[in-house]
Amino acid sequence: MQLEFTAAERSFREEVRAFLEARLPAKIRDKVRDGRELARADHVLWQRILHERGWGATAWPVKFGGAGWSPVQEYIFEEESALAGAPRQIPFGVKMVAPVLMAYGSAAQQERFLPDIRSGAAWWCQGYSEPGAGSDLASLRTRAERDGDAYVVNGQKTWNTLGQYADWMFCLVRTDTQAKPQSGISFLLIDMKTPGVSVRPIRLLDGGHEVNEIWFENVRVPLENLVGEENRGWTYAKFLLGHERTNIAGIGIAKRELTRLKRAAAAPRGEGRPLLDDPLFAARVARVEIELQALEITNLRVLCAARGEHGAGPQASILKIKGTEIQQAISELLMRAAGADALPLRGEAGTNVMPGYLNQRKLSIFGGTNEIQKNIIAKTMGL
Amino acid sequence: MDFDFSDEQRQLRDAVAAFLAKEYPFERARANRRAARDWDPEVWAGLAGLGVTALNVPAECGGLGFGALETLALMDACGPYLLQEPLLGSAVIATALLGSYAQAAPAAALLRAMAAGEQVAVVAHFEPYARFDVCQVHTRATPEGAGFRLTGHKAVVMHAGSADTLLVSAREPAGPGGAGGAPGGAGGGMSLFLVPRATPGVRLERYFTVDGQSGADVHLESVQLPADHRLGGAGAALPAIEAAFDLGMAALCAEAVGIMQALLDATVEYLKARQQFGQPIGRFQALQHRIADMVTHLEQARSMSYLAAMRGNHPEPDTRRRALSAAKVIVSEASRFIGQQAVQLHGGMGMTDELPVSHWFKRLTAIDVMFGDADIHLQRYAALSRTIHEGTVHV
Repeated sequence: MQLEFTAAERSFREEVRAFLEARLPAKIRDKVRDGRELARADHVLWQRILHERGWGATAWPVKFGGAGWSPVQEYIFEEESALAGAPRQIPFGVKMVAPVLMAYGSAAQQERFLPDIRSGAAWWCQGYSEPGAGSDLASLRTRAERDGDAYVVNGQKTWNTLGQYADWMFCLVRTDTQAKPQSGISFLLIDMKTPGVSVRPIRLLDGGHEVNEIWFENVRVPLENLVGEENRGWTYAKFLLGHERTNIAGIGIAKRELTRLKRAAAAPRGEGRPLLDDPLFAARVARVEIELQALEITNLRVLCAARGEHGAGPQASILKIKGTEIQQAISELLMRAAGADALPLRGEAGTNVMPGYLNQRKLSIFGGTNEIQKNIIAKTMGL
Repeated sequence: MDFDFSDEQRQLRDAVAAFLAKEYPFERARANRRAARDWDPEVWAGLAGLGVTALNVPAECGGLGFGALETLALMDACGPYLLQEPLLGSAVIATALLGSYAQAAPAAALLRAMAAGEQVAVVAHFEPYARFDVCQVHTRATPEGAGFRLTGHKAVVMHAGSADTLLVSAREPAGPGGAGGAPGGAGGGMSLFLVPRATPGVRLERYFTVDGQSGADVHLESVQLPADHRLGGAGAALPAIEAAFDLGMAALCAEAVGIMQALLDATVEYLKARQQFGQPIGRFQALQHRIADMVTHLEQARSMSYLAAMRGNHPEPDTRRRALSAAKVIVSEASRFIGQQAVQLHGGMGMTDELPVSHWFKRLTAIDVMFGDADIHLQRYAALSRTIHEGTVHV
C-alpha cells in the first residue's frame, strides 16, 4: 500500500502541467477561475487545442484514434486541467456517445462520427429526460415509428444541456409500446438540423441558459442512424450511465474552488480581520477540505481497484454523492464568505458568487439524483 | 500508488482473524466482561504467539520491526472482536514510545520482554480536567538523591491494572541546573519516566469503562525512581509522546473501521430478516437510504484510515499531525453516525446487551472521544491548514 504516484505518473503530470501552461488561453482560464459562463467558441477552441496535441479523446483506445490513457492518467489530466482553469470537456460527445458507438455502433457509424467528436467539429447533446420521465427514465414516451427508410420521431425531451449549440443528439426513443418499458427503447442519432426539431430555452434560477426543451414533430431519422439493435437502447443507456458517473466526483474542480474559497476568506477586510480568523468559519472550511481529502483517496482506491475497467456499482454512486455534496458545500461557503455582497446582481463582473451557488444546486439532481444513487447503493447491499 | 495489502500483511491479518474467530467468540468476551475480568491472559499469550506483541518492536530489540500498515491490518481484523487485551495501549502506543528510547538499556530490556508477550506497558499521560490537551501535565518530578520523586494524578489510563510498567509524563522544575523548564512553550519541561507498577506510592483506582475495557486513575504519591528511569533528556519528551499517540490514533482508526464494517453487515442482515407489515423492513426506502449513508461514511473512513497509517510515521510533524487530525475527524464522525444508526435500525433489539450491536456501538462511542473528538481535531487541522495549499495534491 502506498499513496505516491509512480515516477512515470509524476512526469506525466509535469507534461500535462507544462502543456496547460503553454496552450490554455488566458481569456478562457480567467472565465473558468471566476466562475463565468463560457461561450460555445471557448469550448470548441479548447477541444481543438487538445486535439492538436493528440489529447482530444484521451480515454479512447488507440485504434479509434484515442490516446489510450489509463484511468490514473485520465485522473491526473482532469485534475491538472481543473486546477489550471481549463474548461471541463463537454462530455456528451467524447465521453458519452463515443464509448457507446465504439461498443455497439456499426463500423460505418464509427467512421462517420468519431473523428468529428475527437476534433470538436461536431457538438453532441443528450436526449434522455422527458417531462414525464426523469429519475424513472424508462417511462419515456417520445415515439419513433418506421416509415420506409426512416424513423419518424414525435415527442418532447427536456433538461437537454447546451443543445442550443449542438449539431447532433443521441436520443432514447420508444420503438415498441407493447413491451415492458425497458424493452421497447431504441438509441437514435439525430441531426439537429433536421426539419421538425425545435429547441426552446429553459431559463434557470441563476439567469443562465444551460438547458432546453427539445420538440420533435414528424422528424425523419434515417434507419442507418439506429445504434445497435432496435429495442435494445436501454442496455446501451445503462452502459453509458456507468461512464457518466466515473467522472462525477470532480476532485480537481473542487480543489480549484476550495483554493478560491480559501483565498477569499484569507483576504483582508478593511479594518477587520480576515474571515479565516473566525474559528467557526475556519472550521467550516477545514471540514469541507477534510471531506475532499477523504473523497480523493476513495476516488484513487476506486481507480486502482477498477484496473482499467469503467465500472458502475456502489463506488461510483459514493463518488457522485460525496463529490456533489462537497462542490455544493464549497459554493455555499463562497457565497457566505461574501456576506450581503453576494446579494446584488451586477451582471458578469466575475466577483459575484451567487449565480455559482444557485447553479451548483443542479449537481445533486443531474446524472441520476443523489437519492437514486442511494437506491443503487442499497441495492448493491442486497436490499 | 496502490491500496493493496502485501502478502505478509494479509497473512498476519488472516492468521489473527482465524485465531480470534476460534478462540474469542462474542460469548467468551461477554462472559469475561460479566465476570469483571480485566483481560484474558490466555488470549494475550495466543496473540503473542502470532507475533502481535512483537509487531512494532524494533528488530534489534527482538521484535519484527513492522510499521503502521501492519498495525492497520491487525487492528482492522481485531476490531469486531472487541478485545479487552491491551493491544492498542501496550503493543502499539507504549511500544512506539519506547522505540524512541531503544538506545537506553531499561527501555531496550522492557521492549524485549514486551515483544515476547511477557510484559505489558501503558502510557500514563493525560490528567483530570485536561480534556484532550496534551500539554496539561501537572505531575511533578523533583530531584531526590541520585534519582527522582514523582507526585501527581493521571486520569483514565487504559489497562493500567494489567500493566507491569507505566510510562509516566511529568514536569521537572526549571532551575539554574535543571534543563527541565528550559524549552519555552506549554510542552517544555515535560519528561518521561519508566515506573514499575509495583513501586511503592503507585496507587490505582480501578474501574471499567463504557466499552468494557479496564482502566484506572493512577495516583503517584511520592514515588521514588532511580536516575536511569528517566527516558531521554530532561524536558524533551513531548514530541515523542505526541508521535506515539498519533500512531495510536492511526491504529484506533483502523480498529474503528473493522467495527463499523461489522456493524454495517449486521444491520443489513437484520433489515433483510426482520419482517413488519408483511415484508422485510429492508424494503423501506427510508431505511435503505440510511444504509447508503452508512456505506458512504464507512468508505470515507476506510480511506482516511489508510491515510492515517501511511502518514503515521511521516518525518515532518505538521504533515503527520494534519493527516492524523483529518483522519480522526472523518473516523470519529463515521463512528458516531454508524453506531447510532445501527442501534436505531435494530430497533429495540439494538438497545439490548444480548446482541453484539450495542457492544460495538459502545466501543465506537469510546473511540470517538479517545485522543480527541472530531471538534478538537477539526480545530487542530484548521490551525495547521491556515496557509493556502494552492494546487496541492492533498494526499
